Amino acid sequence: MFVRGLKRKCFDGEEDIEGTLAGIKAIPSYNLQRQSLLDMSLVKLQLCHMLVEPNLCRSVLIANTVRQIQEEMTQDGTWQMINTQSTGQASLDRLVSTDILCRSSRDQAEGKHVPGYGTFNKDFGSDQAQDSSETMSTASSVQAPRNLQSNMWEMENPQENKGNFPKSLDQIFETLESKSPNSVEDLFSEVDNSYYDLDTMLTGMMSNTKMGHCDSLETFSSPTNTASNSNCKSDLNDLDHIVEILVES
Amino acid sequence: GAGGGNDIQWCFSQVKGAVDDDVAEADIISTVEFNHSGELLATGDKGGRVVIFQQEQENKTQSHSRGEYNVYSTFQSHEPEFDYLKSLEIEEKINKIRWLPQKNAAQFLLSTNDKTIKLWKISERDKRPEGYNLKEEDGRYRDPTTVTTLRVPVFRPMDLMVEASPRRIFANAHTYHINSISINSDYETYLSADDLRINLWHLEITDRSFNIVDIKPANMEELTEVITAAEFHPNSCSTFVYSSSKGTIRLCDMRASALCDRHSKLFEEPEDPSNRSFFSEIISSISDVKFSHSGRYMMTRDYLSVKIWDLNMENRPVETYQVHEYLRSKLCSLYENDCIFDKFECCWNGSDRQVEFFSLIVMTGSYNNFFRMFDRNSKRDVTLEASRENNKPRTVLKPRKVCASGKRKKDEISVDSLDFNKKILHTAWHPKENIIAVATTNNLYIFQDKMN
Repeated sequence: MFVRGLKRKCFDGEEDIEGTLAGIKAIPSYNLQRQSLLDMSLVKLQLCHMLVEPNLCRSVLIANTVRQIQEEMTQDGTWQMINTQSTGQASLDRLVSTDILCRSSRDQAEGKHVPGYGTFNKDFGSDQAQDSSETMSTASSVQAPRNLQSNMWEMENPQENKGNFPKSLDQIFETLESKSPNSVEDLFSEVDNSYYDLDTMLTGMMSNTKMGHCDSLETFSSPTNTASNSNCKSDLNDLDHIVEILVES
Repeated sequence: GAGGGNDIQWCFSQVKGAVDDDVAEADIISTVEFNHSGELLATGDKGGRVVIFQQEQENKTQSHSRGEYNVYSTFQSHEPEFDYLKSLEIEEKINKIRWLPQKNAAQFLLSTNDKTIKLWKISERDKRPEGYNLKEEDGRYRDPTTVTTLRVPVFRPMDLMVEASPRRIFANAHTYHINSISINSDYETYLSADDLRINLWHLEITDRSFNIVDIKPANMEELTEVITAAEFHPNSCSTFVYSSSKGTIRLCDMRASALCDRHSKLFEEPEDPSNRSFFSEIISSISDVKFSHSGRYMMTRDYLSVKIWDLNMENRPVETYQVHEYLRSKLCSLYENDCIFDKFECCWNGSDRQVEFFSLIVMTGSYNNFFRMFDRNSKRDVTLEASRENNKPRTVLKPRKVCASGKRKKDEISVDSLDFNKKILHTAWHPKENIIAVATTNNLYIFQDKMN
């Protein structure tokens, strides 16, 4: 309906994966969709630092969604698991088709009970927060969305902020880059890796509607670590150029 | 007077705007508002322009239709600006227009973009003085030595000229983006609300405003809630409400304290645990709030529904109307393409009197250029479409139906076929008659009820 260019192969690939992962713990599809939602949200937060000030309401709502997911993942322990894993399997989990995400939410609408969902507790007490932060191996990842948030809200010096990428988003980019050979990777070699390109995912997001301020997304090129920085640099150059023109006029 | 939502037979009357499917960004309509008499209809667009339409005087011989709306005045209200300190553009898009009640021959309106509110005076000129002694008709000065007789200049009729001039500019009071302006019932003050603060202004004073609400946390990292809309009570000049992104409405009394940080009332409906999802908060975010004519009720719009609240009951709305419940299972996709953040407005039917009895019908927009009406009395609702295909005047609009699931009946539209780029965010109802203005992306539709 909305997203064009999604490769069905990915979903089929997942079924193969579940078959071959006999010895490895199969990730429940709820966790998959939750992770995918988290990734999508982080990308959304990141992508709106353009020329016009981002919509604060939208940013707050997305950040709250990220926080909700984090809290839930912290509660059921999956947050720690994802951070400590460094295999290709983790990268696959993160970059699952959003089509699966949507399919699952339809299932929910039809009344299927998803384990752990009903126990969602909004009132995440500070005691609990402290306990879980001690068990987390990478505490900075939790901080990352908060840093992101403060970057979003206080656009005091946007040039600085553009350089500050949150840790978890960096991890996403690194994952996209990494071609570390291991047996798990080889198992997935038949899967169409081009789907995991950030721009394919973004193209899907962008296909039907304007993102308002995020028009420069359409020129968003290859998903590498340096690309994100060079986009910053080109943004800065554009900005300088525009300021030059305006000051001269 | 107003009848039931389904008792009114809506007919196409007019459509304004380009026929092109290719929409110029600047032409996107961002606000629509009738003035207090309904004679004038203003629209604001993304390009910072205001276009005002005027209703023709009713033709006594043609009792079948009410007057048509024709362009009365067009002016550039706001220009794009650049904030050098933050290296950010300030959009010229007109977020809201509010009319002042008419006090003399001229009309006044407030228009606002993200940062600056302007008071515009719209006045007519249909006479001009002729016969000056010292000036020629073209304005050149005459040589005084050539003047042999004196005459008194007289006013002669000329072609009507409508002039818009900015009388006040209320600037530099908002760090965040202005989402609402509301004129007080004292007609001397008004409020402007941005994401985190609400300011009170006097219409005559531009260099000073009073901050009456401030929800900015000391540490911005703790920000979890923003202000989404605000409105003054229609009768009580010390009372106003503001809505939030968490689905709450706070009613404040300015007599209680200078800074209304503590609400007098907090309206919030407890969450339905069976409908809980990661998108629950986003869809509970209120995009519009409107008092009823008497001020006893207020209406709020969130992503999927319209709720009517009794000001005397804080713990839940008295009525809830589902606008497009079939979207609930599509929230993930709508989150992905950002449609879930669309801010739909809502409005009441017009009313001759300030009597509660007449706030009967609710109108709000949806996707696929559909808009919905709910009749509070009969509990019936109708879905109509704003489309050029129905543009025969006096042809009654055919009700539309969306098929949520299962077999699609003839003339029904399936959810997957809906065009989510065609959204109706802004609608307005004539204050006294059954005439409505519905804005699609770049066109303005005017519908009237079928007069017998």
